[in-house]
Amino acid sequence: MQRLFLFLYHYRAFIIFLFLEILCLWLIVQNNTYQGASFFNSSNRLVGGLMQTSGSISDYFRLGEVNETLAEENARLRRELSQMEQSVIGLDLTRLKDYEFLNKYDFIAAEVINNSTRRATNYITINRGSQDGIKPNMAVIDDYGVVGQVKVVSKRFAVITSILHTNVRVSSRLRRTGDLCTTQWDGVDGDKAKIEFLPRHVSPQVGDTIVTSGYNAIFPEDIPVGIISEINLEENSLWYDITIDLSADMNALSYVYLIKNNLKIEQDSLEISAGAQVINE
Amino acid sequence: MNNRTIIFQIGSFIAYILIQVIFLRNVVLFDRAFCFIYIGFLLFLPVETNRPLLMVMGFLAGLLVDIFYDSLGIHAAACVLIMFVRNLWLNLLTPQGGFDPGVIPSLRLNGLRWFVMYVTPLIVLHHAALFFAEAFGFHMFGFTMTKVLMSSLFTLVAIVIAQILFYTTRKGL
Repeated sequence: MQRLFLFLYHYRAFIIFLFLEILCLWLIVQNNTYQGASFFNSSNRLVGGLMQTSGSISDYFRLGEVNETLAEENARLRRELSQMEQSVIGLDLTRLKDYEFLNKYDFIAAEVINNSTRRATNYITINRGSQDGIKPNMAVIDDYGVVGQVKVVSKRFAVITSILHTNVRVSSRLRRTGDLCTTQWDGVDGDKAKIEFLPRHVSPQVGDTIVTSGYNAIFPEDIPVGIISEINLEENSLWYDITIDLSADMNALSYVYLIKNNLKIEQDSLEISAGAQVINE
Repeated sequence: MNNRTIIFQIGSFIAYILIQVIFLRNVVLFDRAFCFIYIGFLLFLPVETNRPLLMVMGFLAGLLVDIFYDSLGIHAAACVLIMFVRNLWLNLLTPQGGFDPGVIPSLRLNGLRWFVMYVTPLIVLHHAALFFAEAFGFHMFGFTMTKVLMSSLFTLVAIVIAQILFYTTRKGL
């Protein structure tokens, strides 16, 4: 017994080293599981508060840019509203009276207080939390396109898994032809992403728009993901190798919108009871 | 360790971490080079600090930075690793006659050449552990390696500048 203690004492440094490294590894794995709600991230009150303070200082330097994008968006919304008014005559009246369907999606605006784009796993922190009605798994977009998905929520803050995260996949569609595919980031360039699983019988072209498919209950249909910039087809591969330019400007995010799907529970429970599994996340 | 050095170390710990998470978190050069100056705190703990304490300090500093970077465990693992090898490496670099007790392995101690010899391998080791853990494997080896080398250079320059600015002034006083 004494020799055992002597042995342990002799190698104490190495044993502590092993213990701490295993602890770190456990934390990494724990944090990587997609939905693991943990205390140690920037949604906790102290860290979020500090980031908000430093963010509110640097905000002043971006005011002009933010104003410009807001004005642009206003103009775009006005145009769309007038288009809607024009086309309202041809609308399906049964759909028009179904208020639950009309209010299917709710939008919540939030300010970005922390953002990264250059690591292999990028996260965004926003200044809205559970007290504003934010829940894990809600979709996040900005004026131009898909941004990510909510990971962890605290009372005042929330952490978003950015689309620039090597484990995130977005179910997408080629807008022109309607073929399904999957968008995934390859971890290199913060402006570009890869399209996977687009079968070789389809003929995509440079400049085609990729949009969300709406096949999982997270993202609504037809939100832009990106525009095809490069197409490769290997001799004996089943899928195209496609690079897109992301629609959202991930480097200059200042305000984002969170989408609340009011019919999500109905869609999910129906799909589960029908035995359908959402493979294409 | 007397009270003065403990207070000095606590002060420098807070300063290093704050500078890291408030300013340098947003600094990236050429999309590749990151600066992790906070490991300076770990590298400049007094020479005779024992290894278990060093590793616990490394773990705490890494964990704190991780919380701000939303990368739980990655910085902590890299810091524990360099704290494990730090004293072994220092023993190899011991000048003739050994270190005086309580001395800090800084630029002032033995001049620039010795300092760079001491710091560089530990920085490279830290950054390699960090970026490969972040990429979770060795795919994209070349890309990750350029990140490691460019970031190491950036961190080295930042640490040397910090040394010249803050650790050498007491000589003049």
